[in-house]
Amino acid sequence: MTDLAATDPLPKPKRDLAPILLPVALALLMIPLIGSTSSWLTLTVASLAMGMMIFIMASGLTLVFGLMDVLNFGHGAFIAVGAYVATLVLAPFAASIQADSLLTNLAVLAPAALLSMAVSGALGLVVERVLILPVYGQHLKQILMTTGGLIVAEQTLYALWGPQIIPMPLPASLRGSFIIGDVAIAKYRVLAMLIGLGVFIAIQLVLNRTKLGLLIRAGVENREMVEALGYRIRRLFLGVFMTGSALAGLGGVMWALYREQVHASMSDDLTVLIFIVVIIGGLGSIGGCFIGAILVAMVANYGGFLVPKLALVSNILLMVAILMWRPRGLYAVTSR
Amino acid sequence: MMILSGDPPRSRVLTLVLVVIILALAATPFLFPGAKALNVAAKICIFATLVASYDLLLGYTGSVSFAHTMFYGIGSYAIAIALYGMGPNWAAVATGIVAGLPLAALLALAIGLFSLRVAAIFFAMITLAVASAFQVLASQLSWLTGGEDGRSFQLPELLRPGTVLISKNLFGFEINGRILTFYLVFAISGLMILALLRVVNSPFGRVLQAIRENRFRAEALGFRTVFHLTYANCLAALVAASAGILNALWLRYAGPDTSLSFSIMLDILLMVVIGGMGTIYGAIIGATIFILAQNYLQSLMGVASKAADEAGLPLLPGLLHPDRWLLWLGLLFIASVYFFPTGVVGRLRHGGGKKPAGASH
Repeated sequence: MTDLAATDPLPKPKRDLAPILLPVALALLMIPLIGSTSSWLTLTVASLAMGMMIFIMASGLTLVFGLMDVLNFGHGAFIAVGAYVATLVLAPFAASIQADSLLTNLAVLAPAALLSMAVSGALGLVVERVLILPVYGQHLKQILMTTGGLIVAEQTLYALWGPQIIPMPLPASLRGSFIIGDVAIAKYRVLAMLIGLGVFIAIQLVLNRTKLGLLIRAGVENREMVEALGYRIRRLFLGVFMTGSALAGLGGVMWALYREQVHASMSDDLTVLIFIVVIIGGLGSIGGCFIGAILVAMVANYGGFLVPKLALVSNILLMVAILMWRPRGLYAVTSR
Repeated sequence: MMILSGDPPRSRVLTLVLVVIILALAATPFLFPGAKALNVAAKICIFATLVASYDLLLGYTGSVSFAHTMFYGIGSYAIAIALYGMGPNWAAVATGIVAGLPLAALLALAIGLFSLRVAAIFFAMITLAVASAFQVLASQLSWLTGGEDGRSFQLPELLRPGTVLISKNLFGFEINGRILTFYLVFAISGLMILALLRVVNSPFGRVLQAIRENRFRAEALGFRTVFHLTYANCLAALVAASAGILNALWLRYAGPDTSLSFSIMLDILLMVVIGGMGTIYGAIIGATIFILAQNYLQSLMGVASKAADEAGLPLLPGLLHPDRWLLWLGLLFIASVYFFPTGVVGRLRHGGGKKPAGASH
């Protein structure tokens, strides 16, 4: 123990910068490998946009695990539900979606996204109360219950909307690209990046600058202590769970627009991707989740460009490499 | 008692049900004429084995693996590729077995060592990721696996339906290669389930249960938990690959939908939970209930859906559509995890289900 005078400021926690530098280094390393700067820029923007979308979907999962030790295998269901609900608004207003005016487009898109968030958030409330509440603290049963929930949600979507793929065209004003010099940057990707960055900053601000965030972070570190101080962590958790579900819904809408189609099986594919991101980042860490999402997207985009055959297993290889380096993920949450 | 490794069903009703199931399976070729009944019976045998091997993981060690269909698929594909490439002879069958089983065991070893090195909670997620990558790989390597179409192949002469071993005798039954194959599947499945029963009742099996109940304490008692878990993983993978071999031999086909898809993984989960985790017998009950439901309930749902459609009810026709039967099984699954976590077997043994098997961690 070192002696500290009462007037000395508290020692600052060490900043762990290596994970942050990782995507930057990866991106810089790719410049000579890809060769042309313009395709490198396009790929980098694509990875950032894709990474932000994955982050939006994964952030809820990692917080839910960190705060309450709940592993939600049904998280993908919220994504699919969000996407399907958006079609409810987007289909009747197809005309305004195809109008060539950004304002008209957004006037339809924004309510669609908000409705999706509301519905998946409400679904989150139901899932937490019905499926997760009875099995707190039992990992095995949580996995089984939420997997069951995923099956039921997926099948219900099929029953309500039918098994066919629903097209979800991009609004007219978001199609095409900005051309800067010889670099083409898809407009939708810029929007996705802005929204993703906005969500990340909002989460960081709430977590680091508000009392609510203080309680959530304290809960991640030591749940019992927060309870002992008289806070109802269950209610806090319910709020986090609903927010995470709503974010998954938003991510679902964005992903569906990105792929321009909706299908209930998207929840399965994305669940795997999200799990990889959350594991890479360290379960419970928002910063790690953000970096993990960008890394996964970068490996997918650069890998798809350089060695298309490898793209199939690139995520697994990335996960193996990261876990060899840090067995608990990039930013391990201390208590677990 | 020897043959059951001193672990009898311990319930009169359960014993009766098991005896009825096994006798019915054994007598299927004579009791229920037609190809469908025989198919259902063979599928029950194969899945009972597969689910029992999954039970070794889920019920006895308490770790959730989503990669079990991968091992099942390795077995299926190994035999299919060997028989497809080398022609229908016994050497090809042997090659498939010799290639498939060690591959499955090695992969299980790698996954076990890797994911047990990191935090235990990662195991389920990592197996899910690996299994999905393997599935994509299998459908992409189409020169080897036949891609989405899979591989169909011919069986060795002896096992073909056209081979008549005993022509119609005075009882009016004909024993052909198809029936011989069925009994091969039946016998090997039975042997493997008995072997699994032996494993879980050995000192090794007791250690697995100790790890399930409290890994930390088991470690403190001096058991190398990583070794035990990895070993259990490899054993389960071997049995799953063997079940895959039987599956491919029975179907004369291996493809992503019949051996690798994620929905089979969900089926296995449903069967093990409905039957009862940590009992091995639950696998037989679960597989029987599930596969009978899959084959006969669906047609019933079709009738109900049509009736609801004609009555002009909203929504119900869609919910009752035969393709939506997983919806109802999913609900049943949640209900059974919630209300009777010990499954059918646990219910029959304890009446109330006081003692929850397969507790957390």
